[in-house]
Amino acid sequence: MADLIFWFIAAFTILSAALVVLNNQLLYSAIALLFTLFGVAGLYIFLWADFVAGIQLLVYIGGINVLIIFGIMLTNKISSVRLSQTNVQQGVGGVVSIWFCLILFLTISKTSWFGEYSLEPTETVAAVGTLLLTKYLLPFEAISLLLLGALIGAAFLSREGN
Amino acid sequence: MDNLNNYLFIAAILFSLGMFGVITRRNGIAVLMGVELILNAANINFVAFSRFGGMNLDGHIFALFVIVLAAAEAAVALAIVINIYNNLHSINVDDASSMSE
Repeated sequence: MADLIFWFIAAFTILSAALVVLNNQLLYSAIALLFTLFGVAGLYIFLWADFVAGIQLLVYIGGINVLIIFGIMLTNKISSVRLSQTNVQQGVGGVVSIWFCLILFLTISKTSWFGEYSLEPTETVAAVGTLLLTKYLLPFEAISLLLLGALIGAAFLSREGN
Repeated sequence: MDNLNNYLFIAAILFSLGMFGVITRRNGIAVLMGVELILNAANINFVAFSRFGGMNLDGHIFALFVIVLAAAEAAVALAIVINIYNNLHSINVDDASSMSE
């Protein structure tokens, strides 16, 4: 049963990711991206990363995807909806991507990774919090400064009459 | 589901799809969506190696940092895209090849 759900989530993620890059309508791509992010959150739960899955839901789906949809609505002209969304590099891009994917598949399947780990699932919130405030305290503070800078920069850049 | 390779395969497919989007899309926001797919693929790898490397939580921390960086990147990139739209009246990345207005 768990296997079935895993493969369902995997197929769901990959299909909606394909929709993101192949769809001609930008808004549909954004909605498909939402489903992709949901699928990735499901994969995180299968990997016992409950905190990361929660943050994925909060930040990616609640923040970034909404931001992208806002961006589409602010910049899309009604008349340009039917324009082609892809450039002339489609053939070359497809060949390069498939080739790269095949190389990655070969590399992954030919490498012997570490052996099977059958640990018990643990909840990770407390451990991640402890790590953030001990071992990773400096990067944590640095990234909060970076977020503040990005916030101020984005507000400044998109100001009216800039 | 208890096999590292499955997660790596899924992440590889996501990465390639994102790369295809970045290469072929004309619209700046669509390119941004391709970048988000690539970042998610990298994140799956971080968390998968963390889980199969003996539940070492450093990978989770890195995934969290990547998510935060993606948020900052999306905010700044959308501000730039809106500025390009105001100046050039299109968000085709091929049109935005000049630095001056």
